[in-house]
Amino acid sequence: MIGTQQSRKNSLTSLILVAVMLAAVVVLDQVIKPTDSMSMLLKVLQKGSIYALAAVSMNLLNGFTGLFSLGHAGFMLIGAYTYAIFTIPSEARDVVYQYYDAAIRISFPEVLGNALGPVGTLVGVVLAVIAAGLAAAVIAWLIGLPVLRLKSDYLAIATLGFAEVVRAVFQWGKLGPVTNGSNPLKSFVRINAFQLKLGGTTISLTTFVPVLLATVCIAFIVLLVNSTYGRSFKAIRDDEVAAEAMGINLARHKMLSFCVSSFFAGVAGAGMAMVLGIAQASNFKSAMTYEILLMVVLGGIGSISGSCIGAMLFIAASEWWLRGLDSGVFLGINAPGIFRNGFRLVVFSVIIMIVVLFFRKGIMGDRELPDLLKKRPGKGAAGK
Amino acid sequence: MSTILKVENATMQFGGVVAVDNLNLEVNEGEIVALIGPNGAGKTTAFNVITGVYQPTNGAVYFQGERIVENHPQGKLKKLYKGEHAGEYTRVLAPTPDHITKLGMARTFQNIRLWKSQTVFDNVLIAMHCRTHANFLAASFRFNRKEEREQRDRVARLLETVGLYDVRNELATSLPYGKQRRLEIARALATDPRLLLLDEPAAGMNPQETQELTAFIGEIRDSFHMTVFLIEHHMDLVMDISDRIYVLDFGKLIAQGTPEEIQNNKRVIDAYLGVAEDA
Repeated sequence: MIGTQQSRKNSLTSLILVAVMLAAVVVLDQVIKPTDSMSMLLKVLQKGSIYALAAVSMNLLNGFTGLFSLGHAGFMLIGAYTYAIFTIPSEARDVVYQYYDAAIRISFPEVLGNALGPVGTLVGVVLAVIAAGLAAAVIAWLIGLPVLRLKSDYLAIATLGFAEVVRAVFQWGKLGPVTNGSNPLKSFVRINAFQLKLGGTTISLTTFVPVLLATVCIAFIVLLVNSTYGRSFKAIRDDEVAAEAMGINLARHKMLSFCVSSFFAGVAGAGMAMVLGIAQASNFKSAMTYEILLMVVLGGIGSISGSCIGAMLFIAASEWWLRGLDSGVFLGINAPGIFRNGFRLVVFSVIIMIVVLFFRKGIMGDRELPDLLKKRPGKGAAGK
Repeated sequence: MSTILKVENATMQFGGVVAVDNLNLEVNEGEIVALIGPNGAGKTTAFNVITGVYQPTNGAVYFQGERIVENHPQGKLKKLYKGEHAGEYTRVLAPTPDHITKLGMARTFQNIRLWKSQTVFDNVLIAMHCRTHANFLAASFRFNRKEEREQRDRVARLLETVGLYDVRNELATSLPYGKQRRLEIARALATDPRLLLLDEPAAGMNPQETQELTAFIGEIRDSFHMTVFLIEHHMDLVMDISDRIYVLDFGKLIAQGTPEEIQNNKRVIDAYLGVAEDA
């Protein structure tokens, strides 16, 4: 009754906006050549969208359910490896597993591609991505049984420890036939493999694919957060005792949030592997979790659009805008004495401190983009 | 009239301290029953035992004729146990509070516990979640549109009944104190209970607000066919609306009866009510 018409109009508007954004990405992909100076924009979009997904999935847990977990890199690692293992084509397998005898000898895109053609390849990739999410979610369920009894800092430490254990296990030589030990997995299906052939012209979907993947997943998280389950997550975050007294099963809902968050962390891991073209356990250090946490905090804890903005700004700043600080020339100033390796991080840290000082609740606070256009209910957070 | 809630020989012991000692009480359907007593008498502890926040050390709780909570001293408490009826209870039944709420018992808190980042409307809506049938996938993809719409309609009606409809889009914490209390009761009602437990609903209220609340609790009983069990210190409220009163002192039940009986009970006057000096 209340506002259903309004919300339908809003969801239609956002649907159109997302479609326009995706179309723009496809166009950019065709217009910008790899040699252009603007080609960094594409790189940022590719990596940034995957990081945005990771940040949003972490926000679901930390910002919406109030469970402070730092195991994200671990779940992303599981996702990246699952995706990589199931998409390495058979002819490349022996080269990749050069020191081991590969144990898993199935490639989803290859098997389905042989059977169904290009569509089969695509389905195979999608299946591998879903498998990556499921693997992370199943592990999350197992870890969650003991760990979700903990609260705040203790939960953070336990999940952080878990992520480190996962990284160590995946590098373990005995698991080499599956994980390739501490050597990287490569040669699997990357984003630049996605092309659309229409008649004589080839449309590259290199940037479109990761952006689409992130968009679809984030859209699901938005839907979940605004559903009755998402509202219960927020209730648990606001007051656990009251939530339980009002009939919300804490164990079940925390586990649900943890598993869904981990599922999308796994998908983000798969996306990361797709973008980088390499899956190596040593890349998924706890520093990665902190980077993602930083994006969440910068964007605003409890704001999905905030996480996306945070991730994009973070990646753009560290990969593109501030590059010059490391390589001698920044904003046309040539000062190799100051702008040398490592200076970028100094400037970056200062910027982050300034942002946190001036936006104490992150860039978006707990608001979403559409909220900026309308007045907040009550005076609530006004005046901050 | 059938008994809706029965507490049988419930003892709650924390280490060496017996907070609730061999409590026996019954609440009948449609009644308003009050639990009174001096500070620290164990009233809220008794509530927490009934609603599953604490597991009693010994004893049982029945709801709608069914035994929902039962426990006996275990581990270290086996030796320490100071209460009565040891050995009479052998099973362990310890449902979590959410489970008990789903059975049809809802409570409010002594210190208001609203979900602070949520609006008035959402506070009530979230409380209906425990009656939702859709799983999280169905809910995310909005297959439960009908259920959701029904819930929203019910919230609107409930808010109208309790007089909070015009502030539905305000943040819960921006409401004045009296309205927050009202909202907490509305939220408890949204879980579809048969029995409503109110823990000091009039705490911190001025006489006028207390009077309004008294009328409000009466209205709830009548319009929702609700049974109400409440803890309260405002004697005007208690004497005004209660059908029966239980009095706790140092964890023990020292009296029970109608408001008149309680007012004239010597033990209650000594322990709690005191003698009115200006009378």
